[in-house]
Amino acid sequence: MTAEAEYAAVPITVNVNGIKHDAVVEPRTLLVYFLREHLNLTGTHVGCDTSQCGACTVHLNGRAVKSCTILAVQANGAEVKTIEGLADDDPFHPVQQGFHEKHGLQCGYCTPGMIMTAVHLLETNPNPSDDEIKHALEGNLCRCTGYINIVESIKWAAEKMRKQP
Amino acid sequence: MFPASFGYVAARSVEEALKLMAKHGEEGKLLAGGHSLIPAMKLRLQSPRTLIDLATVPGLRGVRVDENHLVIGALTVHADVAASELVRKHVCGLADAASVIGDLQVRNRGTIGGSIAHADPAADFPVILTALNASFVVQSSTGNRTIAADDFFTDFYTTAMSPNEILTEIRVPIPSSGTGTAYAKLPHPASGYVVVSAGALLTRQASGSCTGARVAIGGLGSGPIRAIATEIELQGKPLTPQIVASAAAKAAEETDPVEDSYASAEYKLHVATVYARMAIEAAVERAKS
Repeated sequence: MTAEAEYAAVPITVNVNGIKHDAVVEPRTLLVYFLREHLNLTGTHVGCDTSQCGACTVHLNGRAVKSCTILAVQANGAEVKTIEGLADDDPFHPVQQGFHEKHGLQCGYCTPGMIMTAVHLLETNPNPSDDEIKHALEGNLCRCTGYINIVESIKWAAEKMRKQP
Repeated sequence: MFPASFGYVAARSVEEALKLMAKHGEEGKLLAGGHSLIPAMKLRLQSPRTLIDLATVPGLRGVRVDENHLVIGALTVHADVAASELVRKHVCGLADAASVIGDLQVRNRGTIGGSIAHADPAADFPVILTALNASFVVQSSTGNRTIAADDFFTDFYTTAMSPNEILTEIRVPIPSSGTGTAYAKLPHPASGYVVVSAGALLTRQASGSCTGARVAIGGLGSGPIRAIATEIELQGKPLTPQIVASAAAKAAEETDPVEDSYASAEYKLHVATVYARMAIEAAVERAKS
């Protein structure tokens, strides 16, 4: 077997934000680069190279995950949701709106990851305490804000989502 | 940045994975959650030529009861171990440990089997599973065998498994009534890995005296270390705060931790006794209810 055949590209099918994509990828393609470069969904960011910062956070089969630490081939057959796919028909998801209302961002680089983690949190815990929010965000780092407004943004969103029918 | 080129195969059964391991030998590596392996590959600390995906094998996830054991599939993610009603009911210390691994995103992908097979000296599961007297079922092409946690973690990143074996199940004895389990951890503030930690299993009679104790300490050596002196001190005694404290004070005896940039050896030796006390106290409280 030639070296090229050993490292053969793999066909995958991934549903991203409701749209099915068929692609052929090198096994070493990280999910974050598949989303950014193959699908042009650049809202998901590459921040740290060491799986710490969470700027790459997306939902994989409904769970918040770090897309820089997942191979695109591991997402074969899965459903992925990125920041671009969050809002459905409204202009903003309540969590996005919360980050606007409560000034939860400065440079914005960590923000899509923060929002994706927050959405997962609120789907499983609709009324989190400040401590629960902070623990949920342990995998998302921000260098600008000091986190206070991020927590306030998520609390604002949680209240809005609890009031929705 | 990103890994060196490699080939990828999605295994559809344990048997197929075993054949692929035999075919690729040292150049093949099993992939479970990938949250230790992929970071290492991105830094090019490891560059296996072929990844054999175990996550595509059905039947390796979930928590169930098998007579007097809790049986956890090796590919069960940490978040599901932490949230499992069965785990929280029978061995709550295991849920404690699962819930403090890494962060929320890591817990959604990292697997209990991957953590155990990787045997990171700063990992959580090896410590609590040693305290719980768990055993691990490993499969090879010639059959299954079961290895006790006490015998499993042999050195840094080294286990008693052979290169031709796959860990498929974790078996945790369901403790008798009057038993409590708990896990207490001092995490490194940046990485979240264990600086020191303690797992405890305590069985207590209604009179308050201890009829069984297993205490394991993490962060002081190449793997989890049983605090035998602490266990001996507790056995048969009333589980008063004073006796727990004096037993916990022995938790780091005979250990020789390495100093690192975060903590000196003296610090680790002392703080291990504090976390041993916290884990034992929490286990005693749970044993009462």
